[in-house]
Parts: sequence; structure tokens; C-alpha cells
Amino acid sequence: MKNRLKVLRAERDWTQAQLAQQLEVSRQTVNAIEKGKFDPSLPLAFKVARLFELSIEEIFQDETTA
Amino acid sequence: MNDLKPETGTWAANITKNTTRLAVWTGAWVLTMALANYGPKFLWNSNEALTIIAVLVNLATGAGMILANKRHLQGLDELHQKIQLEAMALALGVGLVVGLAWSNLDVSDMFSSDAEISHIVILMALTYLGGIVVGHRKYQ
Repeated sequence: MKNRLKVLRAERDWTQAQLAQQLEVSRQTVNAIEKGKFDPSLPLAFKVARLFELSIEEIFQDETTA
Repeated sequence: MNDLKPETGTWAANITKNTTRLAVWTGAWVLTMALANYGPKFLWNSNEALTIIAVLVNLATGAGMILANKRHLQGLDELHQKIQLEAMALALGVGLVVGLAWSNLDVSDMFSSDAEISHIVILMALTYLGGIVVGHRKYQ
């Protein structure tokens, strides 16, 4: 699954550590999601969407349908 | 725009607290295990009542350790829960498959020494540690 997490984070000038703290996950988890190595659960994806005030589809894209 | 604070907060503090609690329970379990194991021979001259008490204390401490481990795992974020799950699955599988294969060889008198339960525990512990290291590298 592709995502725009890194771009959105950079636009807000947040570090991975700061984003991780807001999402209540480790920095390693944010890094793994950004690199596409780990797909977040639906609750975490909703949390990300709420934080960036976007819909889930605006952040995460299914590569099989993209 | 949200003003984000540096990486601190209750979630990180809870992880530290749960990890410390697990370390304390594990240390206590190891100590009571040593007491139940060596006590009858070196401390109370095989007194049956004291041995039973030591084993019961060890079991109770073990139950505390299991609960502390459960709480520790539940407090981790989902990536680290996944890493732990994969490492534990690997350790369980290797322990079961290799342990029973080893036991079969022992039953067939292929070894000069006996297959001990402690060997399986060591094998599972090392496999689990290896699984954790591999998991962390995989998701770096």
C-alpha cells in the first residue's frame, strides 16, 4: 500500500518522532509506514487521517487499484 | 497547524513502566526458580514442606510474570506487536519441531546424553531473540 505520510509530515515540518508521539506509536513504526514496509491497521489509519484532517483515501492508496 | 511536542508523553512512559515491571517480575521469577531448584540441596536439606512452599512461590511469581508480559505486549504499538508475534511463532515452532525430533533421537539412543527440557528452553530463547533481531531489521 502506498501512502503520502512522508509528504504530509514534511509539509507540516514535523519530525518522525513528533508524529509518532501524536499517533502513540514508535518512531520506527512511522518510518516503516512511510517506507511502505508496514501497513497500519484501520484504527491507526483513521488516527492518521484525523491528525492530518484528511480522508484515509487521501493518505493511503491501494497499489492494486491505483 | 498543530504544534507538536517532542517525543515524550504517557504512551512512551507506559511502555517504560510496563518494561520495567516485566523486568522486575522476570528477575523475581528467576530468583524463586533458583531457590526452588537449589534450596532443597543447599539450604534446607530436602525438607519437603519448604520445597513445596518454594515451588508454590515460584509458580505464583511465574503467574505474575505472565501477566506482566501480557500487559507489556498489549502496551506495544502494532508494529512491535507484529515483531513479537512473528518471533514467538518462530520460537514455538522451532521448539516444538526440533524438540520432538531431538526427543525421538534420544529415545532411539542416538545420543550419549539425555534430551533435557532446559535444552529446549535455551533453544526457544535463542530463537526468540534471533526472531526479534530479524524483525527489527526487517522493519527498519
